[in-house]
Amino acid sequence: MNWTRKHLLSIEELSVGEMETVLQNAFSFKEVLLRPIKKVPPLRGKTVVNLFFEPSTRTLVSFSLAEKHLSADSVNISTKSSSVLKGETLLDTAKNIESMKTDMVVIRHNSPGAAQFLAERINSNVINAGDGTHEHPTQALLDFMTIREYFKSFKNLKILILGDILHSRVARSLLWGFAKYGADVTLCAPPTLMPLYINSFDVKVEYDVDKAIQDKDVIYILRIQLERQKTGLFPTLNEYIKDYSLTKERFKKLKSKTIIMHPGPMNRGVEIDGSVADSKNSVILEQVTNGVAVRMAILYLLDGGKNV
Amino acid sequence: MSNEFHFMNEKDINSIVMSMADNILRTSEDLSKICFIGIMKRGDVIAERIKSIIEQKSSVQVPLGKIDINLYRDDLSLIDYHPYIASTDIPFDLNEKEVYLFDDVFFTGRTIRSALNEIMDFGRPARIFLYVMIDRKARELPIQPDFSGVEAKIPKNQNFDVKFKETDNKDEILLIKEAS
Repeated sequence: MNWTRKHLLSIEELSVGEMETVLQNAFSFKEVLLRPIKKVPPLRGKTVVNLFFEPSTRTLVSFSLAEKHLSADSVNISTKSSSVLKGETLLDTAKNIESMKTDMVVIRHNSPGAAQFLAERINSNVINAGDGTHEHPTQALLDFMTIREYFKSFKNLKILILGDILHSRVARSLLWGFAKYGADVTLCAPPTLMPLYINSFDVKVEYDVDKAIQDKDVIYILRIQLERQKTGLFPTLNEYIKDYSLTKERFKKLKSKTIIMHPGPMNRGVEIDGSVADSKNSVILEQVTNGVAVRMAILYLLDGGKNV
Repeated sequence: MSNEFHFMNEKDINSIVMSMADNILRTSEDLSKICFIGIMKRGDVIAERIKSIIEQKSSVQVPLGKIDINLYRDDLSLIDYHPYIASTDIPFDLNEKEVYLFDDVFFTGRTIRSALNEIMDFGRPARIFLYVMIDRKARELPIQPDFSGVEAKIPKNQNFDVKFKETDNKDEILLIKEAS
């Protein structure tokens, strides 16, 4: 199908056909990463600004590499090195940057809706690289690509999302995508980290992790943000590990073909045991590789998008 | 509305493919150095057929690759939507090789310019030869085929629709005339 969107703001807005278009192109872009010269020319002469108002390693490097592989010129701006510290608003920052004749803006921001806000006000293509607890669409798309490498179809695929779902924008993007694909999704988290919005999705909820991991094809583990400990949402780290971590012992009970996913950064020994993260079932580094390919596909498609 | 006219049948196509293979066998100075690259979506079929003929008639194994040139097009910023990208696959070292590049129809030369740029990103071949089924004799760049099965100068608003058994279940080339 023809890709017509000018911005990528959420998985919620995408159709299955659009997600498939991204994935099909991403599989082809992955081949570019294996070439001796990892550079192709479609974004030659285009300028992309990576506007990161929150810390990031994977996503920022992944976008930067994707832009370079497509021959775009890119500039990284982070909060610490920008005039945001002097009180400049998001819109003023973006408009000033755009006045320098940029073509695309990749934005990460701690406010839900920040990407949409910009998309409605500037002329550049806008890509949401994570907006507060709202969505992280490129992460979800790279996850779908990774799952697709191991399983032919999402239909009835048994998927468990385990961990801090409440604060996770990745979980929200995944849930929208899995719902559209018709996957069989179970959520497992301490009751205090289970958001209310899950009631609007057709998902199962299981608070006993030993039951939740049974017969799953995909176990997607979310990071426990260590700073949340202080908020009283779970008693102690040790109790969290006892009740919700994917430990060595729990790993042994999984099907041999279950894949283990994590969006990073991992807290080894907290939500996932180090040996599980390094096991042959872990596809965590494959997710990172696919992230570059998916972002190349998105940048390429959005550059050709004309409306919305 | 458009009108379709029969241009070539299976026998005509086979005859051109055989001529291409014969020409390569006759003119190549060192068959051990040759490799084939087909431009998707029809050039890769031609390359595969010729590889099979040459391997039957000689003792060489010909490395075979295929390329999608869409990322190298010169009109990406002019067309409405970016086209779907298929995977380029060149699973061998191109350096110092004699590359035979195959396509179904040679028209303006712009596809071949894109293909040459893409190939150069994979290595530095000793030579590149271009083999096409049909040369429309309407080049816009200083590029021309080393071998063409047939020359057919047709108006710009007419096109050839090349069908192969491997992709379309039959071997046939149609001439498509847009109704005026």
